[in-house]
Amino acid sequence: MSETLRPDLALIARTVRQGARVLDVGCGDGALMAAMRDNAQVDARGLEIDGSNVAAAVGRGLSVVQGDADTDLGYYPDASFDYAILSQTLQTTRRPDLVVEELLRIGRQAFVSFPNFAHWRGRISLLWGGRMPVTRLLPDTWYDTLNIHHVTVDDFRALVKERGWTIDGQWFLKGDKETTHANANLFAEHAVFLLRK
Amino acid sequence: MASVPISPDSRFGLRRQARLTGPLHLSSGALLGPVDIAYETYGTMNADKSNVILICHALTGDQYVASDHPVTGKPGWWWRLVGEGKPVDPARHFIVCSNVIGSCMGSSGPASIDPVTGDPHAMRFPVLTIADMVRAQAALLDHLGVDRLSAVIGGSMGGMQALTWPTLFPDRVESCVVIASTARHSAQNIAFHEVGRQAIMADPLWRGGDYYADGQVPSAGLAVARMAAHITYLSEAGLTEKFGRRLQGRDAKTFGFDADFQVESYLRHQGLSFVERFDANSYLYITRAMDYYDIADDHGGSLAKAFTATKARFCLVSFDTDWLYPTTESRIIVHALNASGAQASFVELSSPFGHDAFLLECPELNRVVDGFLKGGRA
Repeated sequence: MSETLRPDLALIARTVRQGARVLDVGCGDGALMAAMRDNAQVDARGLEIDGSNVAAAVGRGLSVVQGDADTDLGYYPDASFDYAILSQTLQTTRRPDLVVEELLRIGRQAFVSFPNFAHWRGRISLLWGGRMPVTRLLPDTWYDTLNIHHVTVDDFRALVKERGWTIDGQWFLKGDKETTHANANLFAEHAVFLLRK
Repeated sequence: MASVPISPDSRFGLRRQARLTGPLHLSSGALLGPVDIAYETYGTMNADKSNVILICHALTGDQYVASDHPVTGKPGWWWRLVGEGKPVDPARHFIVCSNVIGSCMGSSGPASIDPVTGDPHAMRFPVLTIADMVRAQAALLDHLGVDRLSAVIGGSMGGMQALTWPTLFPDRVESCVVIASTARHSAQNIAFHEVGRQAIMADPLWRGGDYYADGQVPSAGLAVARMAAHITYLSEAGLTEKFGRRLQGRDAKTFGFDADFQVESYLRHQGLSFVERFDANSYLYITRAMDYYDIADDHGGSLAKAFTATKARFCLVSFDTDWLYPTTESRIIVHALNASGAQASFVELSSPFGHDAFLLECPELNRVVDGFLKGGRA
């Protein structure tokens, strides 16, 4: 039943409480939702912009609504979920800061995961090659990428501080393994934050 | 033609009719009774009665959802969704589809006989609402011994009934599939209906609705109503693809008012074939019911409030070329369901066929409905 989850999703699936109510924003084809439902009896709802992804998710019996994180989160009531999840979607939104604000309004806690633009490979690409990085985690060229707000671990921490949010947990990934917090901004390919207001 | 199976219980099977003593309390305050309901059932109800699915039909639809139509001989109007190996499958489900009250395929409507006078009701039939149609369906389910619906499914006006079900009977519905539909009729929807009604009433044969005695029916008016409505079921791109500016059976324009263009000929055919199977007064009553439809208005102006009492799961589907009930209408419902905390799914599917897409070949629609219905059993 369980397919191999992307490492950041596997981490979130391991961390959510049994039976929690979860809103997965940008849920794709529902892989994380299905894993949480099957393994942790989570009551999961999803929001996804791509119609064929939504059809796939609904086709596997999940409650997923086609919509846009930038415009549709306002229709969810305050504190209606235990967790709101935004995985690898932050950097594609028009106003990432407002989207996180909305996550923290709708969910008591929010998981936010994103590729770290300050990973050393990207730095080298820009420093020596003078070109926008095209890496495993950021495989698209600058003109066709959906990532319109590249963000680094330190950028995100600065935003958290500025807005007065609380970090309840943070995880850093290199490939599919967790890596050290030390120098995460340089060595983490991927970051997962658990936030609270 | 499908045969009527020998059933130990005469309530179940094809081509059934029930007389419910009623009376039915209508939205207008009027009482209707006795009420005749024509319906079909497919499949077998299981021991705990947990496999019942109600299919709701659209404006000019009927109970023949998955069996050959007795007048046109065509296969059931939703055979692509309902039938063996389909998402709604008589091998697994007990399926009920009934003709809405106000219609003309065996359920009480303006063409049926008023027991008091012995004449057809005609325009003396009470004005109905979508909620009244749903109340009649609930009364039929009582008659069939069905307490709860595993699912209620409908497209277009059928979607209006499906969406109304959990608002009227929050504990009788487990899931609700609403396809190419809306929570309220828009000004544009009402406007198109008014054109159709005026076409019927302007036909000299309409005679205030009392045309049943001599069989001289207002077919010209009804055909025009159908032609105008039919345009709204299609898309501009679909019409262009199907007909373009091609001429009908001729090489050059005639400089006259014959059906020069294929699209004209097609619409005339749609109008003419429609009058053979539909009653003009029923068309007036059902379009009126749709115009009065506004679920939020029945709940103090709040659509979300309409769904707070139900635990039902919802699945909404719209089509990108449907301009009669466009995606924005489905989104309004989805936002209300989110606000009320209901379990909701929604997807906009792509199709060139406009509103009619819900009746046509669409593998994605079948996949979504199948997954949604099975999702409840996970």
